[in-house]
Amino acid sequence: MELDGNAIAGLLNDVFSTEMTTAVGTCAACGAISQVAECVVYLNAPGTVVRCRNCLGTLMVITQIRSMNCVDLRGLAWLEARQDA
Amino acid sequence: MSRITRGFHGRRREPAGAEGRVPPGQYLTDDFPVLSAGPTPHTPLDRWTFSIRQDGATARSWSWEEMRALPAETVTADIHCVTRWSKLDTRWQAVSVDTLLDQVDHDASFVLAFCDGGYTTNLPLEAVTGGRAWLAYEYDGEPLEPEHGGPARLLVPRLYFWKSAKWVRGLELLDADEPGFWETYGYHNYGDPWREQRYAGD
Amino acid sequence: MAGTALRRRLTWQVATVAAVAEETASVRTIALDLPDWPGHLAGQHLDVRLTAEDGYRAERSYSIASAPGEAPAITVERLDDGEVSPYLTEELRRGDEIEVRGPIGGYFVWESANDSSPLLLVAGGSGIVPLRSILRHRDCSGSSLPARLLYSARSIADVIYRAELDDQGDGVTVIYTLTREQPPGWTGHSGRVDDALLAEVAWPARRQPLAFACGPTPFVETVAAGLVRLGYPPAAVKTERFGATGGH
Repeated sequence: MELDGNAIAGLLNDVFSTEMTTAVGTCAACGAISQVAECVVYLNAPGTVVRCRNCLGTLMVITQIRSMNCVDLRGLAWLEARQDA
Repeated sequence: MSRITRGFHGRRREPAGAEGRVPPGQYLTDDFPVLSAGPTPHTPLDRWTFSIRQDGATARSWSWEEMRALPAETVTADIHCVTRWSKLDTRWQAVSVDTLLDQVDHDASFVLAFCDGGYTTNLPLEAVTGGRAWLAYEYDGEPLEPEHGGPARLLVPRLYFWKSAKWVRGLELLDADEPGFWETYGYHNYGDPWREQRYAGD
Repeated sequence: MAGTALRRRLTWQVATVAAVAEETASVRTIALDLPDWPGHLAGQHLDVRLTAEDGYRAERSYSIASAPGEAPAITVERLDDGEVSPYLTEELRRGDEIEVRGPIGGYFVWESANDSSPLLLVAGGSGIVPLRSILRHRDCSGSSLPARLLYSARSIADVIYRAELDDQGDGVTVIYTLTREQPPGWTGHSGRVDDALLAEVAWPARRQPLAFACGPTPFVETVAAGLVRLGYPPAAVKTERFGATGGH
């Protein structure tokens, strides 16, 4: 099931304790910059995989292991959440 | 503690007549859910190969025609996904992994399956030999659809289905265990559904 | 106040079903009573969590159908092979309690105070839900920004909020395209949204419009690519892809 970052807004809020769909990320593989909402998201695998819309490289992998969120952000060179109140 | 929702049962059905066939924590499904970590690859058959790799080199490789010429069998198996669905009596047409590994001289203890799209999963050699694993190219009498791993996927019914790697292109022979994609993110290295080995440390 | 809601860590709350309203044969709007609701922005959604007696849980996301300032309501389409939607559209009744988390989302939102661009809203099927929230917000806030809604549905019977959409004021133009069947005498569009229909309906790019496209993934991809070909800067096309998220 291929969706976008909007579909994991709640999950990301759980992980980061703030709204993250407008966070801006830079793909470590191709350098493309986009908001998390615009990334390609694969849900319901054993975990959630967020991919770069430009090169389809893996940006984030989030798994929920025994009620703990495990997050891998190594596919992002940079991730910046908006600070405005 | 979460609130019980009046009248909500979910999709599960009671495994009547299936006693002993559904591992702990699983529910039965009649459909065949599609789960994926990425876009569906579409490798044309004339470019498809299956390889056994060892020490950084290809030890043996088969083209699609060569693979299809190998002795094959019909496999009927129950399958169990770590996301908790189980499906009984699935039917596949497949080549035993023994048939493939028998053609390579090796003393490896582990394998790492590698796939189109970059997915990997690790297994001990015993899990893929002795008639326990197959390279499957047909499901339910039809060529395996891309969304279910076609043209060919690994089939290892005794372990959680994430080990039955879709779009498999080969096995890397290893001396030491090396975690694959989901194993790196906290899933169990072995994955026996009967011992409920979902996560690392279970 | 809703703006500060974006920086909160959301927690699950118990909501009571205040009312249910059948929109079409397979679509229902569920109004919720949530004592601590902090308010929401047009386009946001909320997560719903259901728990069976044996502890089995299912979670889904639904766009908020009501405008900021109105009580939260979601509109749910029953999927034949769904696990949660048949429960919400058939079994759930007034007085029942469900757990919700929200409001969620900061990207696919429209705030009338912050924008002066003509609005282009493009809906595929149940993608109309967040766009209806945007239209209601536009109306409630007294905005006079021109808005166009292009709504793709299978048939006229599948159009959600039909009476409300047919009753929009002068500043809002609603164009339907019916993809599977049309009523006798239908003079509107038929067939799927394509570049030609977008060219006919969309604001010209020189008006610097803001577009929101919502619906199934293939629909949104077609619309977004088509608008970019019409000269819309990618940043002016906001997208939200819907799909059955139950893994089935």
